[in-house]
Amino acid sequence: MSESAVPYEPIEATTSVSTRAAGAAVGGEGAVLTEVSGPRKHLGWFFWVCVGWIVLVILLAVFAALLPLPNPNYQNFAIPANAGPSAGHWFGVDDLSRDILSRVIYGARVSLIVGFGAMAIGLALGGVLGMIAGYRRGTVDTVVNSASYVLLAFPALVAVIAIVTFWGHQLWKITIVIGVASAPLIFRIIRAATLSYATRDFVMAAKALGASDTRILLKEILPNIMPITVSFSLIGVATIVVLEGSLAFLGLSIPGPTPSWGNMLNESRTYLNVNPWLALFPALAMFSFLLALNLVGDRLRQHFDVTEIKL
Amino acid sequence: MAKYLGKRFVALVAIVFLVSVGAFYLVHLLPGDPTVAILGPNDTAHNKAILMAQLGLNKPLYEQYFIWAGHIFEGNFGQSYVTHQTVLSTMATAVPIDIELIVISQIIAFAIAIPLALLAARRPNKRLDRYSTTATFAGLALPPFILAPLLVLIFCVHWHIFPGPASYVPISQSLSANLNSMILPSIILAIGSIVVYFRLLRNDLIATLQEDFITMARSKGMTDRRILLKHAFRPSSVSLLASAGINIGALIAGTFVVEYLLQIPGLGYELVTAINQTDYIVVQSIVLVVAIAVVIINFIVDFLFSVVDPRIARE
Repeated sequence: MSESAVPYEPIEATTSVSTRAAGAAVGGEGAVLTEVSGPRKHLGWFFWVCVGWIVLVILLAVFAALLPLPNPNYQNFAIPANAGPSAGHWFGVDDLSRDILSRVIYGARVSLIVGFGAMAIGLALGGVLGMIAGYRRGTVDTVVNSASYVLLAFPALVAVIAIVTFWGHQLWKITIVIGVASAPLIFRIIRAATLSYATRDFVMAAKALGASDTRILLKEILPNIMPITVSFSLIGVATIVVLEGSLAFLGLSIPGPTPSWGNMLNESRTYLNVNPWLALFPALAMFSFLLALNLVGDRLRQHFDVTEIKL
Repeated sequence: MAKYLGKRFVALVAIVFLVSVGAFYLVHLLPGDPTVAILGPNDTAHNKAILMAQLGLNKPLYEQYFIWAGHIFEGNFGQSYVTHQTVLSTMATAVPIDIELIVISQIIAFAIAIPLALLAARRPNKRLDRYSTTATFAGLALPPFILAPLLVLIFCVHWHIFPGPASYVPISQSLSANLNSMILPSIILAIGSIVVYFRLLRNDLIATLQEDFITMARSKGMTDRRILLKHAFRPSSVSLLASAGINIGALIAGTFVVEYLLQIPGLGYELVTAINQTDYIVVQSIVLVVAIAVVIINFIVDFLFSVVDPRIARE
């Protein structure tokens, strides 16, 4: 398939190809166009707001037990079911009189564990194979590369639904299945990144000095592909969080009463006309978290100017 | 070219084979013994052995696979344990609904993404471009399962513009009522596609507008509008169509979510219902059909793409 057809093509796909001429073509705005195609040097204040939000979500999820919140599964029968926000329950309570704020905060744990856990598995599988294939080339590369194409042709959600249905809905199983499912894409990204460095002079120099392959991969290539890996990983985590959320929304992820954002949205379906807050708060939590992850990932990618790599 | 297509075809056959083996093997991941499920835990070993033979479960696994694959090839997917309908008849009513949803959503997506991308690429980094690019970030963070409950809240519960869940009307009953029940789910599906198409087309257009032949056209005194439509859009539209083909996997995932929420009896709805009723034959068949359909659609898009742009086959 043509490389240009990949949906998330880097925005700065073409850098400064006769910028001035282009400026003339779009109405004499050459100066502006340079900005479009060149790397961004300033990350901007909104980038740091997003970083702050991601860190805050992680901290809240980790230290949820230390916060003055009721247990997410505690049913406070003193409050009528589906009551809206109040001083005692800032986000209101759900259909079983459970505190929505507490459930949203504890629910972040599922998204975070699956998101970062599956990404780690994907990196361990796809990342390591990608580095080896991109550096060594040859038969290994041909075989694994073809296999990645085969696996990428498969719709991820369908595969994950199928396997989880027949295998089980535990958190670790879902994390593993999604992690393995995301490995082919990570493989392609890391392989492409490694390829672009594998024949550079400093790698050749290290080789001439007698460095082992392992040393070259770890000390020469890895530090160089790190920025790309980090920025794509953040976008990858967002994609995985969406995948788990879709699964949970269909009622096929971690079963209740364990709260998760997707679970809560699934439960809210029946009460949309009675208690809109039940849908609104988990939706808002997930939206803001995904927005922050995507934005930080994309800005970092632009910042590191990932233009030399053709995926 | 022929060599390239031959390679792709071999890959296609390999994928379909692997997918079918995977779908066949899924059932074996299930815990428990089917004979115990049918006969109960207290029956004799002799009766269990007879049942195993009747079900063909005493044959080696590869032989079972070929028997199963042979049936599938004849269109015999088996019968649901729960509804006793043949799986084929369930799919015959479900698949057209998915196709309708996808077609309407893609019409909406192209109708919005193409003009918006043209306008944005015309003045890059100006107000419209900045706003729409920012909006696509919001769109990326709004997968169908977040968007769907919110839009149902706004349009069905609050404003009563569209009918709520479980109001699907078959096209054979009333075309207008059918369309009315399909618009909201199509809009939900379209948002994700708009984001993908807008980003792709905008970046593609900006890149094309920097090429020499655009400067040439410009120096001949062509108007901006004509350059944009006649010179820049045409080459970009090819990759746009290709991305629509690749997008099909994500779209099908989206249809699952909207069908589940709005209770539209498409494949996704049938799949989730079957899962909840532990109707494994239906689950297995739907997974197989969806996976193979996606793979074949990708192959066709690939083929068309290499016909339109022969450079790809040479790579």
